[in-house]
Formats: sequence, C-alpha cells, structure tokens
Amino acid sequence: MSNMKKIDELAKAIRCNIVDTIASIGVGHIGGCLSIADVLAVLYGKHMNVDPKNPKMEGRDRLVCSKGHAGPAIYSVLAEMGFFPKEELQTLNQGGTNLPSHCDMNKTKGVDMTAGSLGQGLSCAVGIALGSKIKKDSVTTYAIIGDGESQEGQIWEAAMFAGNQGLDNLIVFTDYNKLQLDGTIEDINDIAPLADKWRAFKWDVYEIDGHDTKQIDETITKAKKVKGKPHMIILHTIKGKGVSFVEAAKVGCHSMSISAEQKAQALQEIGGAK
Amino acid sequence: MNEKTLMRDVLVDFLREQMSKDDKVVMVDADLAKCSTTLCLQSEFPGRAYNVGIAEANMVSIAAGLATRGFIPFVHSFAPFITRRACDQVMISVCYAKQNVKLVGTDPGITAELNGGTHMPLEDVGIMRSIPNVVIYEPSDVFEFKQALPQILSHEGPVYIRMHRKNPPLVFNNDIKFDLFKAYSLREGRDATIVATGIMIDTALQAAKQLAEDNISVEVIACPTVKPLDEKTIITSAKKTGAVVTAENHNVMGGLFSAVSETLSSNYPVPIKAIGVKEKFGEVGKMSYLRKVYNMEVEDVIKAVKEAISMKK
Repeated sequence: MSNMKKIDELAKAIRCNIVDTIASIGVGHIGGCLSIADVLAVLYGKHMNVDPKNPKMEGRDRLVCSKGHAGPAIYSVLAEMGFFPKEELQTLNQGGTNLPSHCDMNKTKGVDMTAGSLGQGLSCAVGIALGSKIKKDSVTTYAIIGDGESQEGQIWEAAMFAGNQGLDNLIVFTDYNKLQLDGTIEDINDIAPLADKWRAFKWDVYEIDGHDTKQIDETITKAKKVKGKPHMIILHTIKGKGVSFVEAAKVGCHSMSISAEQKAQALQEIGGAK
Repeated sequence: MNEKTLMRDVLVDFLREQMSKDDKVVMVDADLAKCSTTLCLQSEFPGRAYNVGIAEANMVSIAAGLATRGFIPFVHSFAPFITRRACDQVMISVCYAKQNVKLVGTDPGITAELNGGTHMPLEDVGIMRSIPNVVIYEPSDVFEFKQALPQILSHEGPVYIRMHRKNPPLVFNNDIKFDLFKAYSLREGRDATIVATGIMIDTALQAAKQLAEDNISVEVIACPTVKPLDEKTIITSAKKTGAVVTAENHNVMGGLFSAVSETLSSNYPVPIKAIGVKEKFGEVGKMSYLRKVYNMEVEDVIKAVKEAISMKK
C-alpha cells in the first residue's frame, strides 16, 4: 500500500473511532471531530515523531489541540496508533475515565497539553515552541485551533508574539469549517479575511482543502522549509465530514446525539464497518 | 540587606543567580519589567527572559507551555492583572494542567497607592485561594523573602507570590530558619492573638506594644503563606489566648480572615475580629490616607483586639 493510501486508511479508522466513541455515550462534539480527521491522519501517519510505547519521550513532536472539545478525535488517533487500547475509547466521558470530553495532559497518554477553555492552547504551543528554541532541539510543535476559537483575543496575542519571535518550529492549523455553536462564523462575528490576518501577523500562511491528505502532507513539507516565521495552514473543512447526516445537520452538529442506528449508518458510510 | 533594601531587588538578584546556574529557570514579563526590575534579565539572559508585551493572558499560557518542557518560568505583572485579568489562564493552563509556574503579582492591596482602584488588588488572595493546590505566599520583609525564594523554586507546582515591590518594615528575625509552610510567632501573649500578613504585621506589632501598656498581652503571628494555612500554629495560639484578630491588606472576604475563620470554626471556635477592607473598591491615595479609609491603622487593630477579648465567654 502506498503511503498516501495508508494515511487515507488511517483517516477512515479515525472517523470510525470518533463515531464509535461518541456513540458509546450517545452524545458529543462530533462535527468538529470529524472535520480534523484528515489532518490528524497526515500528522500521526507521517509527520509526527512520537512513540506510543514512550509517550513522554523528550524529543517527540508535540500537538496541542487548542480546540479542546475535539478530544474524541485526538483519542481516536492515539488509540489507533497504540498509545492505549482501543477498547478504552468506550469510556469517553464516563465517570473516572482517562478520556474526558476536553483534552487533559494529566489523564491521557499522548496528549501534550490540557485545553478546553478556548484561546489558551495556542499560547501554550508558543511556550512549547519557545522551549525548543532554548533547548536548541529539533522538536516541531503542532497546534490545531478552531475558526470560532479565532474570535478569542488570546489567539491574536499568541499570533503577534509568535510572529515577532519568528517561531519557525511551530505549525498551526485552523479548522475552518465555517460553523460555530450558535450559527455560522460569517453571521456571528466573521474572521475573514483569515489568511490576510495571519500574514499581517508575520506568519507563513497557506490555504488548502482540509480533507485532501496529499495537499496537507505537501503543505506541511513545504512549510517546514520556510525559516524565520511560524506557519499557519488554513484547512477549509466541512463540519461533520464523512457522515452525511452529521454534515447535513450543519450548525446542529457542533454537539449532537448519535443513536445505535445512526452509528451503524455512519460506519457504513465511512467504509470502516467491520 | 537592610531596611532600605527593596523586595524587587531581592527577587531579581535571586533570579539572576538562579538563571546563571540553572538553565531551567526562565522569566516571562508583560511590559511591567521595569517595575519589577526584571527588565535587566532580558539583556543578561537573551532567549531566556521574554517580554510578551501587554498581554497577560498570553504570558501565563506561554509560561505553562514552557513548563511542559521542564522549564521553571517566573511570570510577573501587577497582582490584579495576574489574578483577575489572567484568572482563567492561571486556573486552566497552569493549575488545572498542573504546571510548575511561579506567578509574581506585585503591589498588593493598598501598596498600589497612586495607581488607584483599577490597580489595587483586594480580592487576589480570595481568587487564588479557590484554586486547588496553589501555594499563596506574601513575603513579610526582605530577609524572610530571601529565605523563601529557594523554597519556592524547589516546590514542585504553582506558587503565587503576592509581593510588595518596595521595602515593607523589617519584622522577621533573620536568625530563624524560615519555613515556607509555617506561620511564626513574633511576640508571645496570653489574652489575644493577632494573625497578620504583609504590611499589617508591623501594624499588629505596634498595636501589641501599645496594648501591653494597658496590661493586655497579645500574641502576634506572622502568616506569610495563607494557602496552605499553617493550621497547627493558629489553633495552638487560639487555644492559649481564646480570642483572635486577623489583619490583612486585602478584602476580608476570601483572604486571611476567611482562611483563619474556616480553620478555627471547625477546630477550635473562638471570637475572631477582622482588620481589612470591607465591601469597598480600591481608590487612589497615599498609604496613610488609604489606611485611614479602610480602617487599617494601629488604633483599628487595638480596638478589634479589645472587642475580641470582650466577646470571650
């Protein structure tokens, strides 16, 4: 199997895990989890230097999922990579679980930063990347922020500082699915023109199809070669991507319930039903 | 060091010394580095002392990120901007995420003087006390602070340092070995106990001295670490004297009065009177004016002690 084919298979597996995980408790942030499945597949399938057997390995690459409510997507890829048994995904949000709705670095193996209060994770990622500059190591820090999250002022505090520091070891993705909890980004408080904003903050900016794994892969490779600037890869995505009734729910898919029948349909659509 | 030594100089000398020998110690400021004199660290330790500009939330979360890489970041801003403005970042990025960040908040309470109400933190200890597992330390004077700093550095976990930038009156007996987690007695007494923090320790000592002339014997306990509270020392003294006054440069809600009351009410209930700010915002003025406005003068402490004693059964 070619590398890209493997990545696409991983993306499918992540999507299946997301559906399965959220269905296990019956409700969750499924839309914004499915929208980042492809970028997670490219990161863990190819770019990130991590060791599931040694999750705290000092020289590993870091990922901060600043849109912390996408925890189930992160757990789905981490389980697939072998950081913990896949059966554990069924414990999502159950009392005493290691897999809380929002990412917690002290609970889940392979999670590099706690997040959930929006806007903070990007600053944390900037701190992690600064740490690499002090240590002069080759760690790449990745972060995923939400488009709605980009309405938080702290995102731009972090953007300004990272741009001025020229943090070229920091690669950030915006999950630009155009929807937030209360409605569309455009209607509520538009963040466009997004690429111009990041360029104005002295970032190296790309704008691509967030579901095209080949494009994501090539863009990361290209970004890594650009020195002296932090990198922003804007992923144009579809909230709920891969499951028709989730996509169709649009604004309603930020957090929605999933029945056993819907789970079966979703797994079939993704093509991962076993 | 003497009575003219400034607290901020004790801090910056310590940081310089530590940063010279320990690569893990880093500094993050938010455009108030001249006020804390930590500005010099930015030129002395390029790449290890940052200024993020006027962005306190960013400062605190960046420090948390650095801490995940094994660094021990000190951050500084005025106390209201650490605890109020960046409250959620302190709560989530640092404390909930269990990151080893040292938070320096300067100009506690009325020491904000001429900056006035917007800059006068009267609620910071209350905010910080409600966050699990954070240590809250308000240095009493330069000698105590110097002994406290290495302990703060070696404590694994977040510490909030509520620091007077200038030179509060000397109260600490430097022959004694200071323990960050222990309150200590500055004067023995049998009729009442004053538990005090920060600039109110000297006020309490003056009150105790005057009360002695009236044959009232007052114990004075300095309680620089409000969380975790040294319950044993306070309960032991309350058992001895049977009446307590707390004296703090802070709102009486959520700070020292609350902490001492919570401890004594469930362990050894005695009358407790509070000296501190009561249901008022900060305002501009010099220290002498502010002490009068908020009833934080020696006479107020004397009155409170007499009231507490009169309430004894």
